[in-house]
Amino acid sequence: MQLQLRGMTKSFGDLVANDDISVTIEAGQIHALLGENGAGKSTLMNILYGLLRPDSGEILVDGSPVAFGSPADAIKVGIGMVHQHFMLVPVFTVAQNVELGDERVGPLGFLRTSEAEEAVREVSQRFGLEVDPAAIVEDLPVGIQQRVEIIKALTRDASCLILDEPTAVLTPQETDELLAIIRGLRDSGKSIVLITHKLREVREAADVITVIRRGRVVATAIPPSTSETELAALMVGREVSLTVDRGTSSPEAQTLQVRGLTVYDAADRVVVDDVSFDVRAGEILCIAGVQGNGQTELVEAIMGLQDRVVGEIHVGGTVTSHPETRRMLALGVGYVPEDREEDGLVSTFSLAQNLVLDTISTSRWSRYGIVDYARIDAGARELLAQFDVRARDAYVTAGTLSGGNKQKVVLARELSRDLTVLIAAQPTRGLDVGSIEFVHRRLIEVRDSGVAVLIVSTELDEVCALADRILVMYQGRVAGIVGRDSPRDDLGMLMAGVVPA
Amino acid sequence: MSEERSENPTPILDSRTRDTLHPPAEPPPGTSAEIRRSVLGMNLLVSFLSVVLALVIGGVLIVISSPEVLSAAFYFFDRPADTFSAIWQTLSSAYSALFQGAIVNLSALSEGDLARAFYPMSESITIASPLIVAGLAVAIPFRAGLFNIGAQGQMTFAAIGGGYVGFALALPAGLHLAASVIMAMVFGAVWAGIAGFLKARTGAHEVITTIMLNYIALYLLSWVLNQDWFQREGRNDPISPILPDTSVFPNLFGLSLRVHAGFLVALVAVGVMWWILNRTTLGFRINTVGANASAARTAGMNVGRTWIVAMLLGGAMAGLAVTMNVNGTDKVVTAGVVGAIGFDAITVALLGRASPFGVLWAGLLFGALRAGGLTMQAQTGTPIDIVLVLQALIVLFIAAPALVRAVFRIRGGSSEAMSLAKGWNG
Repeated sequence: MQLQLRGMTKSFGDLVANDDISVTIEAGQIHALLGENGAGKSTLMNILYGLLRPDSGEILVDGSPVAFGSPADAIKVGIGMVHQHFMLVPVFTVAQNVELGDERVGPLGFLRTSEAEEAVREVSQRFGLEVDPAAIVEDLPVGIQQRVEIIKALTRDASCLILDEPTAVLTPQETDELLAIIRGLRDSGKSIVLITHKLREVREAADVITVIRRGRVVATAIPPSTSETELAALMVGREVSLTVDRGTSSPEAQTLQVRGLTVYDAADRVVVDDVSFDVRAGEILCIAGVQGNGQTELVEAIMGLQDRVVGEIHVGGTVTSHPETRRMLALGVGYVPEDREEDGLVSTFSLAQNLVLDTISTSRWSRYGIVDYARIDAGARELLAQFDVRARDAYVTAGTLSGGNKQKVVLARELSRDLTVLIAAQPTRGLDVGSIEFVHRRLIEVRDSGVAVLIVSTELDEVCALADRILVMYQGRVAGIVGRDSPRDDLGMLMAGVVPA
Repeated sequence: MSEERSENPTPILDSRTRDTLHPPAEPPPGTSAEIRRSVLGMNLLVSFLSVVLALVIGGVLIVISSPEVLSAAFYFFDRPADTFSAIWQTLSSAYSALFQGAIVNLSALSEGDLARAFYPMSESITIASPLIVAGLAVAIPFRAGLFNIGAQGQMTFAAIGGGYVGFALALPAGLHLAASVIMAMVFGAVWAGIAGFLKARTGAHEVITTIMLNYIALYLLSWVLNQDWFQREGRNDPISPILPDTSVFPNLFGLSLRVHAGFLVALVAVGVMWWILNRTTLGFRINTVGANASAARTAGMNVGRTWIVAMLLGGAMAGLAVTMNVNGTDKVVTAGVVGAIGFDAITVALLGRASPFGVLWAGLLFGALRAGGLTMQAQTGTPIDIVLVLQALIVLFIAAPALVRAVFRIRGGSSEAMSLAKGWNG
């Protein structure tokens, strides 16, 4: 099926999300849509899938125009979508999920589940997507769940498959498997649209790349003739360096020591299991691992944000077995939380207020419990300039900022204190390339100033770019601690819980 | 950015994926969190238009419940003008009585009788004083994210302590009043503090605990009023001794006007609460905890302690509120000394958008409506119940800002839409 988008324009208020975008997706082709967060990729695909209506522009299927009022119309034409966040019912079986919305019923309204299971089996054999139709979805690993989504689309005879950021939740191995599946689907004549911001995958899998920036198509590229650096420059609109100029580290005394840390969740499960490690002043230790392997809980436990923690934490010379947030902050631990919207900022507060969120009670900003707002405002203006936060002034609310600027505010707040340790969880998640560069540079600077830096990241590229040493977590345990130059394949295996030979 | 996923339908997710991608807000936003967002996000224009809209609908109710209009409408097709003039008559006399009963008696003013002319305003302020301070009792916990339904119970409990000091002790004037007022504030704070403590320590929802504490306080007061040490000598009905002049707020303009110095205290309370909320680290913590408890926790604030402190402050205000009656207008403790002020206070706090000065204006408005309603009933026979309907309508419209915007065709309101969406997704 050949799919054409012509002159697509869609705006939300003042924001033009899609500005006259034209793309042609040929049958038997993997077409990558590359762009930063907020470039307008998802808007375009939501239009194509019938979830949004364009302000102007038309969709042509095999040369004839069509109009989609709802996803049902798009499915009828043969368009299938695999969302970034899966649309599966966790307690249903694979077959039940696949038939959902298209149930086959017998004369009395009974479900014919066996037929659905047969359909799943047939499709999974035809396209080499192994999955047990009777398995309960919530018991399956994320990679297999994604496969269920793909099967779901294929059983509805999709000839064009849209995958929205499909690798965000996958391990490197699962990513490779997915790319192989996609190639197989292409070879059987399906057209594939791959929405992503990951350059490596795009270069590996795509036949054609359309780069979108600020709602416009800025380039169409053929992978082998376009380098990653060129693609990044097209995506961002200027030259970017993909490698961090990290210099050499000169680690000193052990500043943060974690000993036998175990964390239980509310349901009494062990989510962090006997984790021990050291971070020395002047080095960056990165915690790598697939999302959901205990990294979040580990960091929260160190910061005193988990309730049920066993183990010891040494900061400088102080030992604590029951970390308390206020005390950890006072010991000079800076913390950039994973969810900056929810934990890092108060979106209804001004930037000035957000910049003193954890230091308001210190003599810098208040005396006898009375706040010196004049001083806070002056301090805020200085910090905003220093950290290049793009905001009208210090009084706008934090909620109005872009993701990159929000993270800069959090960083500015944490780095404006005297630190001995900095803990940053997913410091660049969801940020644009320009902000990522900025954050990385700051993190290296902090390291070079003699602070012990602990970074949690699920992005292997980021881990490899920043780390002096890498700790890989798998199912709450330390799968291994390796040097920064260990091969990516080894890291990938550790992330999957396999110890490389 | 929101653009990336705002248009997706609600995703059904595997629980693991969901937890990692969208960590649940902590504590989970309940009804009070939603109400809180919509109240604080509301703009002044909507509050004002809600009042206007309520007056319009109230007008319709006044008209259709008026016998004159009904009888004229009976022969509407013969003489439609009669109906319209009856409508105009009814409406203008009702609302004119409402105005004159609330602000100033125009005929007395033209006669130069100042006491009678400003009697309505004195009444409005007298009724407004406890409403304003009780409004603060709801508004301050609200800023910390707590929905204090218990101002009623806190006032009731405070009436016991403050009233007892007021009538039982013999102290010099001034000192006696201060002791009685402070005791009422302490009692109110203790009662509210129980709910705050339960919330902080056990997570018990403050809406439930404060409602239950309301009942306990109510029956405690009934019991106390039948005890020898509290009941007036020689009386069988539940009533306390009369407070001596030493423990009573002095009248501001002589005996013919009821307005007393409690109003000045209310004004000071508004100012002090504004200062605490906007100029102190305590206020900063209260606001942070209310706006985003998990961010507050991450910033090293003690969320539970902040909740307790906010409830203590609110309870103290509830205690102060009841002194407007005990040490002001009533000068005695009865089972009905609180009236329904503690519940009206919720409405006042919502209309005042939980800001001290907003509460001041909302309290004055409700006091004026109440005072005017009495005059309206006396002069035109329009039942005072219409005032309660007006109050209810005002709150109803404030709770549905999109409706008000639609009626008056105002654009904007993205903040409400956003807060609603956020409330839905958690």
